[in-house]
Amino acid sequence: MKERLQQLQQEALEKIEQANDLKALNDVRVAYLGKKGPITEVLRGMGALSPEERPIMGALVNDVREAIQQALEAKQATLEQAEVEKKLAAEAIDVTLPGRPIRRGNHHPLTRVIEEIEDLFIGMGYTIAEGPEVEQDYYNFEALNLPKGHPARDMQDSFYITEEILLRTHTSPVQARTMEKHQGRGPVKIICPGKVYRRDNDDATHSHQFTQIEGLVVDENIRMSDLKGTLREFARKMFGEDRDIRFRPSFFPFTEPSVEVDVSCFNCGGHGCNVCKGTGWIEILGAGMVHPNVLEMAGFDSKKYTGFAFGMGPERIAMLKYGIDDIRHFYQNDLRFLQQFNRV
Amino acid sequence: MFVSYKWLQEYVDLTGITAKQLADRITKAGIEVESVEVRNKGVQGVVIGHVLEREQHPNADKLSKCLVDIGEGEPVQIICGAPNVAKGQKVAVAKVGAVLPGNFKIKRAKLRGEESNGMICSLQELGVESKLVPKEYADGIFVFPSDAPVGADALELLYLDDEVLELSLTPNRADCLSMIGVAYEVAAILGRSVKLPTIELHENNENVHDYISVRVDAQEDNPLYAGRIVKNVKIGPSPLWMQARLMAAGIRPHNNVVDITNYILLEYGQPLHAFDYDRLGSNEIVVRRAKKGETIVTLDDVERTLTEEHLVITNGKEPVALAGVMGGANSEVCDETVNVFIEAAYFNGATIRQAVKDHGLRSESSTRFEKGIDPARTKEALDRAAALMAEYAGGEVVGGVVEANTLQLKDVVVTITLDRINRVLGTTITKEEVAGILTNLQFTFTEDNGTFTITVPSRRRDIAIEEDIIEEVARLYGYDHLPATLPIGEANPGKLTPYQAKRRKVRRYLEDAGLFQAITYSLTNEAKATMFALETAEPIRLALPMSEERSVLRQSLVPHLLEAASYNRARQVENVALYEIGSVYLANGENELPNEKERLAGVLTGVWHAHLWQGEKKAVDFYVVKGILDGLFALLGLENRVEYKQAKREHLHPGRTAEILLDHKTIGFVGQLHPNVQKQFDLKETYVFELDLEALLNVEVDDIRYTAIPRFPSITRDIALVVDEHVVAGELQKAIIEAGGELLKDVSIFDVYKGDRLPEGKKSIAFSLRYYDPERTLTDEEVTNVHEQVIKAVEQQFGATLRG
Ligand SMILES: [Zn+2]
Repeated sequence: MKERLQQLQQEALEKIEQANDLKALNDVRVAYLGKKGPITEVLRGMGALSPEERPIMGALVNDVREAIQQALEAKQATLEQAEVEKKLAAEAIDVTLPGRPIRRGNHHPLTRVIEEIEDLFIGMGYTIAEGPEVEQDYYNFEALNLPKGHPARDMQDSFYITEEILLRTHTSPVQARTMEKHQGRGPVKIICPGKVYRRDNDDATHSHQFTQIEGLVVDENIRMSDLKGTLREFARKMFGEDRDIRFRPSFFPFTEPSVEVDVSCFNCGGHGCNVCKGTGWIEILGAGMVHPNVLEMAGFDSKKYTGFAFGMGPERIAMLKYGIDDIRHFYQNDLRFLQQFNRV
Repeated sequence: MFVSYKWLQEYVDLTGITAKQLADRITKAGIEVESVEVRNKGVQGVVIGHVLEREQHPNADKLSKCLVDIGEGEPVQIICGAPNVAKGQKVAVAKVGAVLPGNFKIKRAKLRGEESNGMICSLQELGVESKLVPKEYADGIFVFPSDAPVGADALELLYLDDEVLELSLTPNRADCLSMIGVAYEVAAILGRSVKLPTIELHENNENVHDYISVRVDAQEDNPLYAGRIVKNVKIGPSPLWMQARLMAAGIRPHNNVVDITNYILLEYGQPLHAFDYDRLGSNEIVVRRAKKGETIVTLDDVERTLTEEHLVITNGKEPVALAGVMGGANSEVCDETVNVFIEAAYFNGATIRQAVKDHGLRSESSTRFEKGIDPARTKEALDRAAALMAEYAGGEVVGGVVEANTLQLKDVVVTITLDRINRVLGTTITKEEVAGILTNLQFTFTEDNGTFTITVPSRRRDIAIEEDIIEEVARLYGYDHLPATLPIGEANPGKLTPYQAKRRKVRRYLEDAGLFQAITYSLTNEAKATMFALETAEPIRLALPMSEERSVLRQSLVPHLLEAASYNRARQVENVALYEIGSVYLANGENELPNEKERLAGVLTGVWHAHLWQGEKKAVDFYVVKGILDGLFALLGLENRVEYKQAKREHLHPGRTAEILLDHKTIGFVGQLHPNVQKQFDLKETYVFELDLEALLNVEVDDIRYTAIPRFPSITRDIALVVDEHVVAGELQKAIIEAGGELLKDVSIFDVYKGDRLPEGKKSIAFSLRYYDPERTLTDEEVTNVHEQVIKAVEQQFGATLRG
């Protein structure tokens, strides 16, 4: 009987081993462990054994059942795993096919530059002031120390609507308006971005409409060295930490002293290249100390208050930064142009 | 202003400073030197030769055979093609071995059988621009004065070994429109002194008043008018050095009298005019405003009609010059002129500017008057001109000056403390440094305990207040020495206004939704100005537009966005989605600023979404655009306050346009372009929208308040309603929400059907209704009760039936 059991175990294990799907395995289970299976039959035949032999044989039968059971489970796990793998293999896709595109637009490059500059100055405690594009001659010129008949008015041929109303030629009138609102009390700390207009023919370097950002700080004890420090800070944040700036004396009717501000070339680092025309410097800004006439006209005591102002052109900065060669691109809205500014 | 480096040395010592270095120093101190032109264009080996003999070339009509003494060895034979070569002339000779511009080497040669040992040169051949060559030598060789030393370097005599600095002057530095002015500037920069020209004037014992009188009837336009008579002049060429200097400065030499007036203009910055005294037509000069319709023929032979705004010099009867701009042809100095009346005047800049503008005539003279000359030097310049005419035109200066002078010259005195200078600049400049700078500028000053009292020289008319002095100190001290600091004082945090912050969010939202930001022009044409406008007003026209296309301010952003779409389509970019935020301009009446209103507009056309290999392709349609706008309103917290109302608007599809209302007020529209407009802009099916951005962003919105997350299950019921086809979904939905009451939380549309399975004129809309009570689990019965009410309501209001 013992031999019979060992033989059954041997047979069962072999059949389990040979089963190559879950159904075959189940057949083995039914065949050997089922109610009508040979092991049950052996158990039934135990009645013929002596009382001493019975427990021994019972234990042996259990061992055999246990061994077959374990083999069945192990095989079942293996077969199930194989089944899953087969299914997954059938589900494979071509991961190199293109994904479902996400449509995404982006800022106009000028807005990109303007927002960057705005954020930079907001970080230094400035607020953003806006004002009308159609302006009174008074705010556009007279309040900025450009009385009627001033020779410097030639410098900016303007689009007049009536004798007293024109399209602003710079965003400086916003400065004049803001100062006036402060009623002679500082501090004033603003930047003024916006559209401006000049009577120019549109070509690669001129546009009758363009943008400007101007800044203004008025307070007691504002020094020209503060202007230099502020603009150096700006240049470094905008164009890189190792940038330097230099002032060149210049003339604007609304500031005195007036300077042009160069930033060391961010392309060559100052050694000279075609971006900086070999000079190592790039002209970026006009700036100066607010002219006392401008302060007084806006209601500030020029003996008590001083201030600085600066202005720059986002078009120029964008052209330098991105290597754009024609100012008209900014206003044609060619998507092949606009789409190039779609990432960090 | 062109500044000859060689000529400048007449007034200031430039030892040890090259032209290039000088240019850099001048630029650094505030006047931009745009270029330094080397006048020698590669010429070498050109000397003064003396034409000893000239005869016809035996084998060529147009050639001359010359024997020329070039100051070394035997005279040489040179074949010359110039028509004006003649025996006895002093000429420029390029010797054998010489080089002319373009690396043209002169070799010994045979021309038509005759030997030629060099070349007699015209000025053009030496690299002088044609427009500067004296007219009489324009088509031939240049003839030097007879005293030109044989063998001398011709380049040196012609100032072709010179370098010329081109100054780009800002309007405040009119003082540098003269060599003397530039000399003062350079002297201040270099810390050297200025040598002024010495004037040796010998007057005869006649009295100028016996020759001429002067009266000014327009004293505001002409506060100073002075003149001298130089008699018995001989018109001829001016001295070579003068011609050379004029050419270096960009002025063509004419004759001695005219050249002298031009020379003084350049030297002193004082424009002069020389009249032929005998052709003046009277013995008086009257300066007055022109009469309307009066005419004058100016030197350029153009007849000009004048108005009361123009100032004229007259002989008491008729104009003889357009004051400060150009002389009259009738009194012009010519070869036969014997007696000259020299005018030196100070004219008001604005008056001259008016004439320049009206006649489109700008001259070296008018430029200087416009920018302002130094009236303190007017008479000195006159004396110098008279002295030079005596010396170089053989004239005789009649005793005395005629003048009409109402000018009141007052010294400008500025007082400033050292402390103020340092406080404005943020520097620690010493008293001694400031004194040094003022001394170099040749400003007269006294200093007392750090207070400077400065008398400003009349040539520096740009200096009148403390800040002007601060600027002088700063630029000569050097901005490189300025420290870099940051403002001290209270620091307020910077931030965007709520409007600015929301506007940025709107931009980002639209871009993330797939639209690109456009920026278009504010100026448009009359027809496009009011197209699509949400509100219209009288168009605002420019007084002087540059073109009709850019002559009127826009009242809507849509037309230019359509142009942008069209521009892209013409370049094979068919799928366009653009938005713009910008101002429109609505007139407010004459002499009032217009209302500028910020609008948000967009244009969409072509394919909206495509994932082709998966079979997805969706063209832009009304609902794509509406979905984007819905998202925008949701972003702004306005989704429940905005409505769309079917509308008809000009230029839009009558059945596919909606007006958008916020709190029941129209704030915009969205719709498909009318086929006619579509064609006009050369577009395919296109959708546009425009919104009043200010209305959207300025409206008060509640802050976000948390509401409890649902704890109980909700129950969803779907209904399909059959209604007349003209019933709109929005109305139906509104009725459902009203009837559903508190428990009805969501209503969404999941199907719209029209077709064979329904009777003619009917459509079905299927809604999904979700019921929920935050306090408890709803029973089926409760939901059924409410749902029945909903169905009853739509049956009553719309005659809706449930679709079976
Ligand atoms: Zn560079």
